[in-house]
Amino acid sequence: MASMRDIKRRRESVASTGQITKAMKLVSTVKLQKAKARAESNKPYFTMLYDTICSVLARTGKIDHRYLKDNGSARKAVLVLTSNRGLAGGYNNNIVKEVAAQFTPEDTDIYALGKKGLEGLSRKGYHIVEDYSEVMNDPLYADAIHIGKNVLASYENGQVGEIYLAYTNFKNTVVQEPKLIKLLPIDVEEIMKDVEIDVLTPMNYEPEADEALDMIIPKYMNNIIYGAFVEAVASENGARMQAMDSATKNAEDMIADLSLKYNRARQGSITQELTEIIAGAEAIS
Amino acid sequence: MADSMKLKIVAPERIFYEGESSFLEFTTTEGDMGIYPNHIPLTAIIAPGILRIHENDTIKEAALMSGFIEILQDSVTILAESVEWPDEIDANRAKEAEIRARRRIEEGSGIDMNRAELALKRSLVRQRLKHI
Repeated sequence: MASMRDIKRRRESVASTGQITKAMKLVSTVKLQKAKARAESNKPYFTMLYDTICSVLARTGKIDHRYLKDNGSARKAVLVLTSNRGLAGGYNNNIVKEVAAQFTPEDTDIYALGKKGLEGLSRKGYHIVEDYSEVMNDPLYADAIHIGKNVLASYENGQVGEIYLAYTNFKNTVVQEPKLIKLLPIDVEEIMKDVEIDVLTPMNYEPEADEALDMIIPKYMNNIIYGAFVEAVASENGARMQAMDSATKNAEDMIADLSLKYNRARQGSITQELTEIIAGAEAIS
Repeated sequence: MADSMKLKIVAPERIFYEGESSFLEFTTTEGDMGIYPNHIPLTAIIAPGILRIHENDTIKEAALMSGFIEILQDSVTILAESVEWPDEIDANRAKEAEIRARRRIEEGSGIDMNRAELALKRSLVRQRLKHI
């Protein structure tokens, strides 16, 4: 049995760890609220942009556009959104696993957003093209534009044939799920499936429809990227909040357990001392 | 005939403006445009310029940099990637941006030319809005 001093020291160390995890939980709760608000405020823009894309596509029918068809390259670009810090439960690992399950290291270019994903994937032998990890600390719309432009450039010059985005979807505070979406080329049938637009209202485009698509699709992409940023940040904080919550609970359980052990050990040592004193007194008399 | 149209300007981080307008001026990639209610349906791409919202006798102005506009008979929606009210613009920063862009254009380094020109346009729009 461990000595009283050992148990006491152990209990103190667990208590201070518990304090840290509790503080971290509170911090991520606040950050989560902020991230949630940001995700909410992006919603109207996103919905309207999506509607516009749908209506352009619905009205123009199947047009031969470079963003809508294969460009022949077999390489795939994947934007991987993870966090820069750990201690967020399975948050980062889930994304890395998802990416590793869907793509082979040989023909994939990784655009890393978040140090944890970068480390995890480069250990598995993936080729990291760019590292934008700084962005995840405080994602701005301008960052999404900048990154969108870069990936689009490598799509246009034929380096990559498909662009994917791997991020964690924020369902609610308790549930976050890794998600993989295809950014380019846009799957027209997929979009058309869930739209109801009256194609009868005539619409004029200035410039022409395909030129308009040229401008609208990159913006649409930027917005999806930005949307994923804010969702990912919300998920990260949600995941961390949960992880820290269970860590705090575990610490409390351990403290209770150790306190019991400590008290038993104390009781034991008192009993032993007493027996020794009584035995000594009896020997003298 | 209706004499006003619903106007909604949505930016990525917020709903920028929502209200009525009787006349609207803005710049598209094809040139400056002004529209009254009952315009034919039109979708156009925004170029950097000043947006003027006429409502009764008041005119509101904003710097509209990029995005696109969807015009229907009685409503107009602007999806703006970047839009600012005059009091959100930092005049000094706009001035600095102008100088930076001019320098880059003078150096004339191929690919960045378009970007520099766009940056120059943006800075000029911001300053123009600030001085009025």
